[in-house]
Amino acid sequence: MTVMTMYTSNNLCNIRTGTVIQGKWHKRHYEIIKPLGKGANGVVYLAKEGRAFVALKISNEATTMMSEVNVLKRFSEVQGITLGPCLLDVDDWLHPHEKKIYSFYVMEYIEGDDLLTFIQKRGKEWIIVIILQLLGDLHKLHEKGWVFGDLKPDNLIVSGAVPKVRLIDVGGTTIRGRAIKEFTEFFDRGYWGMGTRKAEPSYDLFAVAMIMMNMCYPKRFERKENGREQLRLMISSHPYLKKYEKILWRALDGKYTCAHEMRKDLLQCMQQPTEQKEKREGRTVRVKGKKKFRLLETMFLFVCLLFMYVVYLYVQIL
Amino acid sequence: MRKGTLRQILLITDGCSNQGEDPIAMAALAKEQGITVNVIGVLDQDIIDEQGLREIEGIAQSGGGISQVVYAKQLSQTVQMVTRKAMTQTLQGVINRELKQILGSHASIEHLSPEKRVEVMEVVEELGETVNLQVLILVDTSGSMKTKLQTVKEALLDLSISLNARLGNNEFSVFVFPGKKGEVDRILDWTPKMESISSVFPKLTSGGITPTGPAIREAVQQFQKRRSLKGLFTHDGDDDVYIEQSM
Repeated sequence: MTVMTMYTSNNLCNIRTGTVIQGKWHKRHYEIIKPLGKGANGVVYLAKEGRAFVALKISNEATTMMSEVNVLKRFSEVQGITLGPCLLDVDDWLHPHEKKIYSFYVMEYIEGDDLLTFIQKRGKEWIIVIILQLLGDLHKLHEKGWVFGDLKPDNLIVSGAVPKVRLIDVGGTTIRGRAIKEFTEFFDRGYWGMGTRKAEPSYDLFAVAMIMMNMCYPKRFERKENGREQLRLMISSHPYLKKYEKILWRALDGKYTCAHEMRKDLLQCMQQPTEQKEKREGRTVRVKGKKKFRLLETMFLFVCLLFMYVVYLYVQIL
Repeated sequence: MRKGTLRQILLITDGCSNQGEDPIAMAALAKEQGITVNVIGVLDQDIIDEQGLREIEGIAQSGGGISQVVYAKQLSQTVQMVTRKAMTQTLQGVINRELKQILGSHASIEHLSPEKRVEVMEVVEELGETVNLQVLILVDTSGSMKTKLQTVKEALLDLSISLNARLGNNEFSVFVFPGKKGEVDRILDWTPKMESISSVFPKLTSGGITPTGPAIREAVQQFQKRRSLKGLFTHDGDDDVYIEQSM
């Protein structure tokens, strides 16, 4: 057998606008418009079938493509739930110049911004909305016996007039209980030394916590010697994350066995009038420290007077 | 289907061999015995020389495996990806062989319609999850690798996290070359847990020569030794079915 190339060949990255891709088996035609994104296993193009826009993923790795098709197929079998994009067609394409066959599949085109862009455009108050939506979807996915795996802002598209988050790249989606197929280091609990790579709901929930981190630290950061301690610092030093500290830690430590639990806790945390509570706490502290405060006040006034007097003297001498 | 075992050699190096047998020939020998050889070339900032690159590709090609050249930083992701992909490739080879037996010599996965192929891939995936795996890791510790050893160690720990999440059993063994006295030294005997290499790795000294060929030869022998030992203790040989990939 030949050496496989891990990265998509250049020819697939540069399919020109206007190229028509015809399937070898089903004979459907797709006109390439522009590339939408490039992953480790292939390139996704925006294409047109007749008048309808579709997303077409093409790759020189039939193997991984077929396992993605498998996942998409299962998704579309679940009626009434829009998790991933709908699968429309699977076929082979004979490259006219290379005389080589590439596998491709066609799915529904989901128009929108990726999560990071969306939050940057619309504001931080959307973070929690999206996270709650996401947890709802994950719960359904987990109940059907799947774990998403490669959960990250790049794989989440927010679309529609009423913004709704959609999961797009299903390359990492794994049957519960197996080994996670694909992951991204920053969002992977194995990388942080905080758990296994077994496909279980808690694996996705770790990633959800890391997505919240990523929203607050858009540049991400690299792991240092003690990953856990590093995360602790990053959470406690950011006001937004600090608010959800307890929940984040439960998710990071794998204490949530189901997405609904985490969702419930987040909702509860939001409903708590945290600001008022803080104010009240602040007041009691002030009462306790009143005596000390008075002393400080007197000293402060004294120093001020002294300073003004010095300035006065200085002006007089001049 | 019976539960089988896949055997792989994973070679981590940064350049050309300069002593002993031709590593490409040794890799071919490994393949003849049903052992896949994968190679990962680790770069610093500099670019690997043409000759080294050719050797890396050559070893993987004749060893029926996969090769990939990466910067040290990407090593963790690459090591697990290469291992998984090589597993799938071998299993696909097995399925292809079965298909040929059933449907004639022209049949192969590529010739099936997408619908059928999806079903076949489901079987391959299932096998990849449950099959047992033995990986012998060969680490080049000659001169220039010295600065990359820490990264290699981390990548190997990461590999065991990935593979141990599977349902099938894993066994790892780690060898370094050149060895203190001979060409190859074993630093970790067959074990499902890789954690113990943490203590061994910092103590490694690096030598000047790069006997890649002899290292692969020795690795193959290790697999054979293990096989015969197993045969001694468990009397029924049927217990361990080795999955081999045919051309």
